[in-house]
Amino acid sequence: MVEPIIQLDHISKKYDQQYAVNELTLSIEKGEIFGLLGPNGAGKSTSILMMLGLSEPTSGRVQVCGMDSTTNPLAVKKRVGYLPDDLGFYEQMTGYENLLFTASLNAIPRAIAEERARDLLTKVGLKESGDKKAGKYSRGMRQRLGLADVLMKDPEVIILDEPTLGIDPEGVRELLALIKRLNQKEGITVLLSSHQLHQVQQICDRVGIFVKGKLLAEGNVEGLAKQLFFEDSFVVYAKANPVDNNLNEQLQDLAGVNRVVETDEHVEIYAETDISSAVARTVIEAGADLFYIRKKNYGLDEIYHRYFEGGDEGGKASSA
Amino acid sequence: MVKLQALKKWIPEINLEMRSNNNDNLQAFKALVRKEFTDYMTSWRIIIMLALIVLTCVGSLYTAITSIQDAIDANEEAKEIAKSSFLFLKLFTISDGTLPSFITFVSFLGPLLGIALGFDAINSERNKGTLSRLMAQPIPRDYVLNAKFTAALLLNTVLFVALGFMVMALGILILGIPPTGEEFLRILCFLVLCIAYIAFWLNLGILFSVRFKQPATSALAAIAVWIFFNIFYQMIVELFSKSILNPENITSTVDAISRQGVVLNLMRLSPNYLFTESTTTLLSPSVRSLGPLTVEQTTGAIAGPLPLSQSLMLIWPQLTGLIAATLICFTISYLLFMRQEIRSK
Repeated sequence: MVEPIIQLDHISKKYDQQYAVNELTLSIEKGEIFGLLGPNGAGKSTSILMMLGLSEPTSGRVQVCGMDSTTNPLAVKKRVGYLPDDLGFYEQMTGYENLLFTASLNAIPRAIAEERARDLLTKVGLKESGDKKAGKYSRGMRQRLGLADVLMKDPEVIILDEPTLGIDPEGVRELLALIKRLNQKEGITVLLSSHQLHQVQQICDRVGIFVKGKLLAEGNVEGLAKQLFFEDSFVVYAKANPVDNNLNEQLQDLAGVNRVVETDEHVEIYAETDISSAVARTVIEAGADLFYIRKKNYGLDEIYHRYFEGGDEGGKASSA
Repeated sequence: MVKLQALKKWIPEINLEMRSNNNDNLQAFKALVRKEFTDYMTSWRIIIMLALIVLTCVGSLYTAITSIQDAIDANEEAKEIAKSSFLFLKLFTISDGTLPSFITFVSFLGPLLGIALGFDAINSERNKGTLSRLMAQPIPRDYVLNAKFTAALLLNTVLFVALGFMVMALGILILGIPPTGEEFLRILCFLVLCIAYIAFWLNLGILFSVRFKQPATSALAAIAVWIFFNIFYQMIVELFSKSILNPENITSTVDAISRQGVVLNLMRLSPNYLFTESTTTLLSPSVRSLGPLTVEQTTGAIAGPLPLSQSLMLIWPQLTGLIAATLICFTISYLLFMRQEIRSK
């Protein structure tokens, strides 16, 4: 068993009687990309601050790279790169100079720092803009410079707080691809927080859903979907003509089908297993025309929504 | 025993690690100070302040020099008298009435410079989002604050030492009278005092920059304090002193002196007053006491300048007070900063 690189053990953070983070237990393995998902104000940033030792947990223990972040933050910060959600640069310095300044704070010798800075600027696609003042950078460029900045210290783990915030779709795609590449080629463990689900879904090995200071679920995307929609894991949409009672019954009788709903557009078949081929066969054999058949995949959106629904209902129930 | 040996085996390694850590930290601190210093030197705000100070000081010097020169040129004897009466120090204290003297300018503009150096030290970093990035680097948190203070103090020192020496050089060139050893030492002490005084305002600025999120708020707050002490504080104390020193209430000489002492001590709560008292003592050796003197005390005393050691003794409490105020401001900002949570915005 591999020793987890980030280990949170029942950490809580309380701000005036209110828990920002409540009994969070989480472990992240070396080399994975973990996505911390949650709406604004869920406590994602607070958890990240505690991992870096920038904020002290009210209770619980944080271990990063085998060291306690609360008591030994400097050693942790040597190995962990952190990209804050709203990062800024010294605007009167160029991007390259900003990187060199970070290097000097990490006591990296000048010669190595210069080489690494150029290298990283090329890697994040800022080779041409490296000598421009950071104040002139666009949002996407700043974010990429931020990534280069984080990598200057040659970290084992990078923690990215909302890295895709405010970047255009193409920029997001590039940034995520870059993160994925770093993870695969250099074996850097990545923890990223986001509230933008589709984006995270593309690159995360595992995600944790974090609402109101609590980790509601944790696992890979398919696993989470199964966990939540265990009865109706698969939904098949089929448009056929004509749909009579006979066909309806036949569909209902298929193995694993829970229910069949007929809408104006098409027939929705909810099932426990993937029955799309069986549906197709049944429709054809019944002599109807099949126009299309489509499987619905549960993305993070549905998962997320389901959890929030649950959370709201829970809130209503407790207040009632 | 075995344990001890096992421990010993570790010690050199621990030492080595600590040493390399210290080295790294020192390097990081230097990098921070260097960056802050460069920022100051290239920021318009500071350049304007520096230009203002240099211009006004040179202006006041010029008027001082011309009025002294007129007096010296009057006859040859004057030159001899000048040498024995600390004429050189007059460069800093007199003027011909068109422009205020050098020390007036310093006591007026110095605080502004201090505030300008400090008022946005922390909150601008916070607002730009660079503070959280700094904090993510392996440097102790207080380094940021210490580096800002060090850089500003360094700039301050360079400026005042340069200015002071420039004044001396001009004085020698134009007046043709070199300063005596004691005069030179007095001027050095005066420069140290200026630096300590500005350091107080600098620390006040830093304190407000930690406390207030908006640079504008902290600048206004610091300037408000400055104006309060510069203008209103004196008025308020005078108001009180009217009732304290009311002749109808005074019963004896002792009472009068103690009442006078109370008023004086009230005045001394203001850093401006402390600074003025100390500079006058340092630059005018004929000042023998900062408190009230009775006729009995002055009769029989030979009017003559105090030696430097005695002048220093006289202002020692003032200087200590100024430094203490500086330290208090720094400590409060340090504590505030260490407890603050570093979040972006």
